Amino acid sequence: MAQRSSWGNRLHSGEKTYSIVGQRKRWFLVSGVLIALALLILLVKGLNPGIDFRGGTEYTVSGVENTDTTIAVDVVTEALPAEEPRVAQVGPNGIRVQLGELEQARVDDLAADLAEAYGVAETEVSSSFIGPTWGEEVSSKAIQGLVIFLLLVTVVMTLYFRAWRMAAAALVALGHDLLFTAGIYALSGFEVTPASVIGFLTILGYSLYDTVVVFDKVRENTSEIFTQHRYTYAEMANLAVNQTLVRSINTSVVALLPVSAILFLGSYLLGAGTLKDIALALFVGMAVGTYSSIFVATPLEVALRGNEARIKEHTEAVLALRESGQSDVIRPDGSVHVGALTPGHHQGTAAQPKRKRRK
Amino acid sequence: MSSAVSGARKSLMWLASLLVILFGLLGVGVFTDKTGPTPGLGLDLAGGQQIILQADTTDGSQIDESDINQAVEIIRKRVDATGVAEAEISTQGDRNIVVALPGKPDEATLDLVRRTAQLQFRPVLMEGDPAPVSLDPGTETVEPTTSPTPDEATGSDPTPSPSADAAGEAAPASEVANVKTGLSETTSATPSPEPAEAPVATEPTDPSDMTWITEDLLAEYYALDCFDPANLTGTGGDLGDPDAGFATCNASGTFKYILGPVELTGEDIDTASAGPELNRLGTVLPGKYEVRLSFTGGGGSVFADTTGRIAELPSPRDQFGILLDGVVISAPSVEQSITGGQASITGTFTLDEAQQLANQLKFGALPLTLEVQSEQVISATKGAEELRNGMLAGAIGLILVVIYTMFQYRALGMVTVGSLLVAGGMTYAIITLLSWGLGYRLSLAGVAGLIVAIGITVDSFIVYFERVKDELREGRSLASAVEHAWKRARRTILASDAISFLAALVLYMLAVGGVRGFAFTLGLITIVDLIVVILFTHPVLALLARTKFFGEGHRLSGLDPRQLGRDTMYKGRGRVAGAESSAPTLAERKAAQARAAAGTQDKE
Repeated sequence: MAQRSSWGNRLHSGEKTYSIVGQRKRWFLVSGVLIALALLILLVKGLNPGIDFRGGTEYTVSGVENTDTTIAVDVVTEALPAEEPRVAQVGPNGIRVQLGELEQARVDDLAADLAEAYGVAETEVSSSFIGPTWGEEVSSKAIQGLVIFLLLVTVVMTLYFRAWRMAAAALVALGHDLLFTAGIYALSGFEVTPASVIGFLTILGYSLYDTVVVFDKVRENTSEIFTQHRYTYAEMANLAVNQTLVRSINTSVVALLPVSAILFLGSYLLGAGTLKDIALALFVGMAVGTYSSIFVATPLEVALRGNEARIKEHTEAVLALRESGQSDVIRPDGSVHVGALTPGHHQGTAAQPKRKRRK
Repeated sequence: MSSAVSGARKSLMWLASLLVILFGLLGVGVFTDKTGPTPGLGLDLAGGQQIILQADTTDGSQIDESDINQAVEIIRKRVDATGVAEAEISTQGDRNIVVALPGKPDEATLDLVRRTAQLQFRPVLMEGDPAPVSLDPGTETVEPTTSPTPDEATGSDPTPSPSADAAGEAAPASEVANVKTGLSETTSATPSPEPAEAPVATEPTDPSDMTWITEDLLAEYYALDCFDPANLTGTGGDLGDPDAGFATCNASGTFKYILGPVELTGEDIDTASAGPELNRLGTVLPGKYEVRLSFTGGGGSVFADTTGRIAELPSPRDQFGILLDGVVISAPSVEQSITGGQASITGTFTLDEAQQLANQLKFGALPLTLEVQSEQVISATKGAEELRNGMLAGAIGLILVVIYTMFQYRALGMVTVGSLLVAGGMTYAIITLLSWGLGYRLSLAGVAGLIVAIGITVDSFIVYFERVKDELREGRSLASAVEHAWKRARRTILASDAISFLAALVLYMLAVGGVRGFAFTLGLITIVDLIVVILFTHPVLALLARTKFFGEGHRLSGLDPRQLGRDTMYKGRGRVAGAESSAPTLAERKAAQARAAAGTQDKE
């Protein structure tokens, strides 16, 4: 217990530092390889579109005693010999049957047949018919929303941080998260449903939210960077990442707990459903989002801003000072202690002792 | 210092009054039985059938918002006429219509929803009072309202007397306006010259021929009750045989008509618009409005023929009925042939009425098709199960989060739990109020949004608490650390919540389907989160900082400076309590440098 909290303290004071920004080439390589793999999987294997994107008819029979899927197959082949039903068990006592597009009258007949075959009331059968263009409509709207959101967010972040490079780095991190999650989807072969699209869109908000919190600390740490020559921009940014590390871990745990609750409940109790589909995308996306806000966004931001003439000059000046032995941040073992720049502030005249009241 | 306390008290008062207002409103609603104590559930949770239709035109012309609203209006009327309670018809995106029907609606109702509305022009053959008339003289008809009863209720002489009192509040008599620009208004209140001896077994020669009135049609006409709201929606969307006579009511239920076969349809109309009425010289007549119609080339010539023919006929056969979805929306009379494909309907319209008629005509002119995009039947048991599991997942998630924050922040975790409770209560009240006032329905995707929001809400507390710890590490007293941390954390929380809200807003505006329900709850939670963190979490922490337990950093308070690496506390007057400071003093640094220098010299 004490160790854990002191770990946070040492991270905060700069006593303990993980060189995340310094080793950025390594993280870029890791992320680059992962993204390349994700892209490869996406291209080769592709996503597995759910019925909402394929179009067709789906039945869910709930409250079934005997979850033998062959019953459903028999019912369908008897009624519609041309159809090739996909039958699966969902949850402990549910059966899902997916078919191609049917005529309206057939839809109800088959629902009745299924209910009879499984010995449940007809009201226990849910059916959905999805036209082939509906999924496209959902996703095209989502993509439209995505593009507008990204444009808006770039503007907002550029204004807030007063540096477009920060916005750019945040967006790259976001793209990283989305691609990676899509890659996981393709790899695992989970169906992509409109609910997964919702999940993807939430990752978008969450990933940026997470990055903004880290960047806010980076901005705070580096706001007076040019007034000193102890530390470089990269070092201060790295300190920011380290200082927000505890918060990042806490946040992702707290965010992932409810999501995993849905995910596991979904897997064991619900079967495939809206909640589970959202939760799966979120679980992967949030985990990757936390990783990327630490290991991708900030290092990338440093890499981008490192090219700014002013920061380049400043870095050279700092290193030159250290070379000459004038800097006081070198530890006896030769490592650099990056810590708080301003151990204290002047608290203002109000903080001074009150003047003794005279007559 | 005390200003911080009074500020905190003030914030808490604000929050309390906000909660009192929300729950007070809710209480009033529940007490007066206007709303239930729980939010309304969406179809996927309550069970029922949902149909998503997409409006499209066959000729690629643009669909605007008023067309979609018109389509929704028509579907709503049809569904209402079937007596299905609590059907919800809404638009999504720019051309999707979502029809949610509770329970298991029958096939006929579903067909009504899917069918496209049509605009028809039919010549008026007979016009009469809205009340049903018994053909059998023996039985008196029961008149549902106090409106004038036709005395000669035997059918041999139905007197169409659309007198002003019959018109009631809806004033259709004024809507029955004359076509042709600038002609004086004529209310078609003259009795029909040729009553019911019309059914003769001869072939009708033109659409205005009285031989269209068959015996069956006449019986139907007499039986038609235009006081029954179901009949005002075009007998449930029945458009009638286009090549035969048709008996129907007008939209406000003040007249009934027998009409000839269809002469023109919506396809023959190019466009329609409403505007101030112009006189013959083209000057605006103040306070009067007209609806201008322009026909397509073919439509114009048919219209010229029709108007030329019926202008010669006695009233009411000098009128043509414009039917939308099988109900007469306007039946103007004609005084002369209208050539050139342009017509205007004048009468005592208000601007709104004129606009409504123009919209209806324009809508009718669209070759609109409604394509079924998705149709879902959700059994009530499955919906209830999903809701239960969703709640269960939420509860488990919540408990896990509470355990984790207690573990991580000790007593401070209690503040998190309190904040979550306040946020939860506020969200519940807002959602229930929205479902009462605006007909919001909680869907499964919305529930997912709520569960996900737990994490995002707690995160703003984490950001804040970590900041407080940082400030404590830098050596502040708790009270001052809380204030300083708040100033910094507020920025971060505002910025990140703004991004979250932006995402929710954009998704809500643009998305279709379940995405909207999700975006809605997410956006709502973001706002609630901001309110709670500003009006509850921070004030509570500011007050707690003054208690002995927290202020002196009890081991279990989660804010123990010693656990935060601050063994030293500045006690004032240059005295420091505890061991050496973690930041080296100047002297220590110099000594270290000297050691380092000595070390390097040794090596050489």
